[in-house]
Amino acid sequence: MYDFEYHKPGSLADAVKLLSADPDSKPISGGQTLLPALKHRLNKPTSVIDLSGIAELKGVRREGDKLVIGALAKHVEVATSPEVKAAIPALAQMASTIGDTQVRNRGTIGGSVANNDPAADYPSAVLGLNATIVTDKRRIAADDFFQGMFTTALEPGELLVAIEFPVPEKAGYAKMRNPASRYVMAGAFVAKTGGGVRVAINGAGPGVFRQAEMEKALAANWSPDAVAGVKQSADGLNSDIHGSAEYRAHLVTVMAKRAVAAAG
Amino acid sequence: MPQVTLTVNGKTNTVEVEGRTLLVELLREKLRLTGTHVGCDTSQCGACVVHVDGESVKACTILALQANGSQVTTIEGLAKPDGTLHPMQEAFREYHALQCGFCTPGMVMSAIDLVQKHPDGLSEKEIREGLEGNLCRCTGYHNIVKAIAAAQDVMHGRAQTLAPAAE
Ligand SMILES: Cc1cc2nc3c(=O)[nH]c(=O)nc-3n(C[C@H](O)[C@H](O)[C@H](O)COP(=O)(O)OP(=O)(O)OC[C@H]3O[C@@H](n4cnc5c(N)ncnc54)[C@H](O)[C@@H]3O)c2cc1C
Ligand code: FES
Ligand code: FES
Repeated sequence: MYDFEYHKPGSLADAVKLLSADPDSKPISGGQTLLPALKHRLNKPTSVIDLSGIAELKGVRREGDKLVIGALAKHVEVATSPEVKAAIPALAQMASTIGDTQVRNRGTIGGSVANNDPAADYPSAVLGLNATIVTDKRRIAADDFFQGMFTTALEPGELLVAIEFPVPEKAGYAKMRNPASRYVMAGAFVAKTGGGVRVAINGAGPGVFRQAEMEKALAANWSPDAVAGVKQSADGLNSDIHGSAEYRAHLVTVMAKRAVAAAG
Repeated sequence: MPQVTLTVNGKTNTVEVEGRTLLVELLREKLRLTGTHVGCDTSQCGACVVHVDGESVKACTILALQANGSQVTTIEGLAKPDGTLHPMQEAFREYHALQCGFCTPGMVMSAIDLVQKHPDGLSEKEIREGLEGNLCRCTGYHNIVKAIAAAQDVMHGRAQTLAPAAE
């Protein structure tokens, strides 16, 4: 790892100031993605800005028909929070399966969503639940936020502050994990809300995406059988040592069926 | 150079570090607490697990500066000053839960966190799942799981002494 300066600002305003003063600086939350990347010298920040002391980024709370989760909420907090379990049990269940205990004790929802790893879990919940990403500057709809592999609508120096999840009628998540890395090979998050049905697929493609045909099928008939007949095209899906695009396309339908069954 | 102050196994230390110094480097190279191991250095194996403010973390994936002001417990901090082992250490010995011993410090630290978080007790399946972040190349895990199952009864006061391992 190259050396860098370390700063720990106490407020969001101070963090934004530090980041804008140095274009080669990087924020750090749990560090479970950033530190491995720095060890590989994939990145050479001059300074690292530790967000963990910023109160504005913390907390999990219910606000009317929304669940608001601060960027710094650790995976273990989301997995065990009574508010999350009551409002969106599928989200708590998802969080409890991210990485391992030690990763969940440090890794945060903000870090995961800002990073947008194609094999990450949270992006499918954010897109599937039609959440809003709140930054220090603006509010971004999930449909506009994820822009393909490791790319989001966040501008350099812009910080993810919180994620607002509309509470759905029903939601479910299912994934197939790679047996060695334990990252997602293909996952599906399904949600039924007053505004309609959404299906978000993670792990299978270069970024999380919505599956329109499955959304239509489930809107007409909310049942695992409704998606069983919908084939995902293999075009553009990931193909690597872990599985071909065709295999992942097949998994998408299987995971969608399981997700609907899990949602009940 | 920046300074870090943290309490390790009850003793407060102030140490000069670089921005990039990892907690595990501080423990091993500055404080010479070499019980905490580095297996992979890529957040996979769990040999480096320590407790930071009561939570198990991979010490190779946290900066020393991120741990500033915290309470750290390492494998060296478990036994009593008179040498009496922690029930989890005693269980690993009794149940032959180690062979080369490289994974053992991290395994024991993860196991203690796991048991502490489950006061109602853990099933064999839950123990196996709870060890997802710890790899062992020698034992095949069976005896580690048995040791944790036995240690939890002592740690939660459901047994006075460790159930002896079968001959
Ligand atoms: C062994 C292992 C297994 C894992 N398994 C899984 C898994 O199964 N599923 C899964 O989804 N993930 C997995 N992860 C990744 C893990 O969930 C990370 O915690 C997560 O991806 C990043 O969160 P973090 O808080 O650690 O972010 P960091 O590493 O601190 O940051 C990640 C990136 O986001 C930026 N960033 C951080 N916070 C903000 C913010 N508030 N605003 C803007 N930018 C920000 C950083 O600059 C950096 O570029 C695993 C990681 C490890 C080490
Ligand atoms: S050395 Fe830290 S996880 Fe392997
Ligand atoms: S005892 Fe050798 S790695 Fe576990």
